Amino acid sequence: MSAEAVLQTETVGKRNEHLYFALRNPKVAIGMSVVLLLLLAGLVGPLFISADPMEYIGPKSEAPSADYWFGTTYFGQDVFAQFVHGLRSSYLVGALGGGIAFVIGLTVGFTAGYRGGLVDEFLNMITNVVLVLPALAVLIVISSYLEVRGVVTQAVIIGLFSWPWVARAVRAQTFTLRNRDYVDLARLTGKRAPQIIMREIMPNMASYLLMSMILLFGGAILFAAMLDFIGLGPSNAVSLGTMMQQSMAWSSLHLGTWWWFVPPGLAITAIVGALYITNVGLDEVFNPKLREM
Amino acid sequence: MGRYFRRKLLIYGLTFVIAVSINFAVPRLMPGDPVARMLTRNSVSNPESSEAMRSYFDNVFGFDVPVWQQYLNYWAALFKGDLGVSVYAFPASVSSVVLDALPYTLALLLPSILLSWVVGNALGAKAARNKLLDNGVLPIGYILTAVPYMWLAILLAWLFGIILGWFPVAGGYSFALTPNFSWPFIVDLLHHWVLPFLSLFIVALGGWAIGMRNLVIYELESDYSNYLQALGAPTRLIRRYAFRNAVLPQITGLALQLGVVVGGALVTEVVFAYPGLGSLLLNAVTNQDFFLLQGILLFIVIGVLLFNFLADVVYVLVDPRTRLGLEGGQS
Repeated sequence: MSAEAVLQTETVGKRNEHLYFALRNPKVAIGMSVVLLLLLAGLVGPLFISADPMEYIGPKSEAPSADYWFGTTYFGQDVFAQFVHGLRSSYLVGALGGGIAFVIGLTVGFTAGYRGGLVDEFLNMITNVVLVLPALAVLIVISSYLEVRGVVTQAVIIGLFSWPWVARAVRAQTFTLRNRDYVDLARLTGKRAPQIIMREIMPNMASYLLMSMILLFGGAILFAAMLDFIGLGPSNAVSLGTMMQQSMAWSSLHLGTWWWFVPPGLAITAIVGALYITNVGLDEVFNPKLREM
Repeated sequence: MGRYFRRKLLIYGLTFVIAVSINFAVPRLMPGDPVARMLTRNSVSNPESSEAMRSYFDNVFGFDVPVWQQYLNYWAALFKGDLGVSVYAFPASVSSVVLDALPYTLALLLPSILLSWVVGNALGAKAARNKLLDNGVLPIGYILTAVPYMWLAILLAWLFGIILGWFPVAGGYSFALTPNFSWPFIVDLLHHWVLPFLSLFIVALGGWAIGMRNLVIYELESDYSNYLQALGAPTRLIRRYAFRNAVLPQITGLALQLGVVVGGALVTEVVFAYPGLGSLLLNAVTNQDFFLLQGILLFIVIGVLLFNFLADVVYVLVDPRTRLGLEGGQS
């Protein structure tokens, strides 16, 4: 009883410790605030601004002003309205695409690492094949055949092709953990494999998993932007990538309408860069050797 | 060593088969009728000619035989180098159109990949355990890895092409010139090449620098470094050993990053209307030229696989442990 209580306070203490250092780490604080601020803009912005970002509302190609914060496009669309709607779809692609890749990578990695043997050989082979396959080229071919493209379908196909490196890392770590004494003990008590993986193995790499989820999130956003830029973006919505594509298609370089192409790219850079910096900060939090305090 | 290469070759062979199979399966599995889309694209209104075109396309896709035979025919055509006829550049064949564009893409890709790798690694190794440099390299590196390729390309085109007017922003060479081996043409070619190259080079730089910095720090903390230090070895020597060990994962990383860099090159070419595979791809997408699209995919896959194999060979040459069949260089 008392031992259990001690154990519990210890785990609680450890969790609080991580949170304590995470909140006090400047990299995590700055990174997370940038990500959350833009997320807020994407969530709240569209509620206040016109529902249809493609609407022709104002003068054509006007520079940023008090009325149109980010100016207007060649057709007189409000760039700011497109921007906040684009933020929303970027976050959706990041969360959904990154999430799908995360789930697949985890499943493949844990199964291969825990089961070993032939299952491992097979899964490892698939992982290596998808790893070498140039994902963007495959994504381009698949999405060009889709007649109606949505943000969700885009996220799904991105997720289907960006999991291999997670699977590899999880497999390697599971290999080193699966023969530890406490895992053997759990096996002796008759727990089933999924339960052992969830309860005994996964918590040991929780920090790593959190960080790889962040990287997948950022990677999916970058992938989606590239697809959008080639003209394979969602056909029914605005995204940051399609904004850049449109601005290039209507020669905003030569017309000097920089407010059309600077904000979307800047937002993507800010989101993904902030995620990477958060990652470095989290690394310091979970790995006390790297802390600078 | 034999086992190592056999395994690698098996994976590459399998990847190639899967890529070809994806190419084969996607048009047949996707909802909708690509043939109908091509017909509407060409706006054929006369029912008779529509019928003729329909049977032509059915014939080209080989839709009139069972699926397994279509699959075998597809492979047979592939080995004869027949990738179909491009719709957009009719009547040129897909292979010839792609081969025309390939030199431009390679001229962008190879120098930018290799140079950014070399410079990035040198920078990262210098930044490790050097507070002053590290504070500069690290944040800039992270921002660079987060920049979308096309955005940096757009910014460079805007700054150096439009505002300063130093470089042209579109095309592979001036339209006033015809391609030939004369000095003015080569200079013009280089002039058009600088900006797309620079943008690819800069984006890739950050990732290598950060990777190298982390690896060198890791190596400098390892036992052999501490031991050497305790023996009183000069710092230069220790750092050289750390660098040599840290280069190994970077070689693997180079091969793994290739898919992303190729994607970056495609969108960069689109920005600069550079006449390589990227612009070709854009034309294929806007014209719904599916044969061309798939031909480009196949060329990219083959290129990536070849480069991967090259990286494996280099790895074996650099790391004696793979040669002796010890650890390292796992598949």
